[in-house]
Amino acid sequence: MSKIKPSKGAPYARILGVGGYRPTRVVPNEVILETIDSSDEWIRSRSGIETRHWANDEETVAAMSIEASGKAIADAGITAEQIGGVIVSTVSHFKQTPAVATEIADKLGTNKAAAFDISAGCAGFGYGLTLAKGMVVEGSAEYVLVIGVERLSDLTDLEDRATAFLFGDGAGAVVVGPSNEPAIGPTVWGSEGDKSETIKQTVPWTDYRTGQVEKFPAITQEGQAVFRWAVFEMAKVAQQALDAAGISSSDLDVFIPHQANERIIDSMVKTLKLPGSVTVARDVRTTGNTSAASIPLAMERLLATGEAKSGDTALVIGFGAGLVYAATVVTLP
Amino acid sequence: MAATQKEIVDGLAEIVNEIAGIPVEDVQLDKSFTDDLDVDSLSMVEVVVAAEERFDVKIPDEDVKNLKTVGDATDYILKHQA
Repeated sequence: MSKIKPSKGAPYARILGVGGYRPTRVVPNEVILETIDSSDEWIRSRSGIETRHWANDEETVAAMSIEASGKAIADAGITAEQIGGVIVSTVSHFKQTPAVATEIADKLGTNKAAAFDISAGCAGFGYGLTLAKGMVVEGSAEYVLVIGVERLSDLTDLEDRATAFLFGDGAGAVVVGPSNEPAIGPTVWGSEGDKSETIKQTVPWTDYRTGQVEKFPAITQEGQAVFRWAVFEMAKVAQQALDAAGISSSDLDVFIPHQANERIIDSMVKTLKLPGSVTVARDVRTTGNTSAASIPLAMERLLATGEAKSGDTALVIGFGAGLVYAATVVTLP
Repeated sequence: MAATQKEIVDGLAEIVNEIAGIPVEDVQLDKSFTDDLDVDSLSMVEVVVAAEERFDVKIPDEDVKNLKTVGDATDYILKHQA
């Protein structure tokens, strides 16, 4: 048997930079109320959402990703040629093949970086981060770009009063690279496919193509079931991620849960008994639920406003359609 | 030991007070969670989970929508408690 030379990676990985892109059009609740029978007060009390951003024709999945990635690369202090891998998590890129990651990798100016898309709903950022960490430590790439990007406005049923107000568009990106210290903890992740009906696309694309349905497919969810799972089951997962990283909640500086709904965030904070000293991301108020993009977008905003600072210890947890989830503790860039 | 109807109502009153800030004395059998007690659909999930823990009972999502009043919830718990 011939001996195969092993790859050589970094001792550990860390997030080196973060960037975000929010579409230029800000959509207040008043616009949502043109198509559903509800009220600004009801929307705010059920979700915390005041405004969200909706992309225009130029703000494509690729274009938003490139903007966010450019900022993340600059923030990391590296150049695009150094990027060896591009991972894009999205459920709202409507061209199935090729992967949008390849176009992004090319337009950013990477040197033929490995590039692929993943589908893990609102847990997509954590899934991508885990893959990126593995690639850096294993040695298949020195720097990896992880992008969460969505145009959920394209998958929103504006006449569904339970979801019309929830979703937004945007892109968030991080650069993951080598580190001499552990800066991304063990990931606690998984799937619960027996709950696949809880959050889903209404019908397959092919049903629409063949005229079996008149309405374009949209994301739908069972609100109470999602709330229960997100708050009470995900609080357990979040606690497991803290335990796995050897971090107690009193050591924690920042909590960045997927920005699904502020009520879920509030209840998670209560269930986890997080001390008041922990900064909690509430980007959902002005960004809405942007699925895979929400955690890096919230991270970028907390750092930009000074609510969080470089070196802070943050718990991140994503959860959503699948159902899937991923939680880990990271050092902020 | 299984809780009595009074113990369940008192327990629900404490839970609703904790979650929605409603005075315990307002939580009566004939009161509707949403219409009378300011417990919306999401707070109702929190009430249900707290009640599950307190009374050692499982209340699946599909049954939650049938629990309109404090009396509905009390009857459900009386019937299903371990």
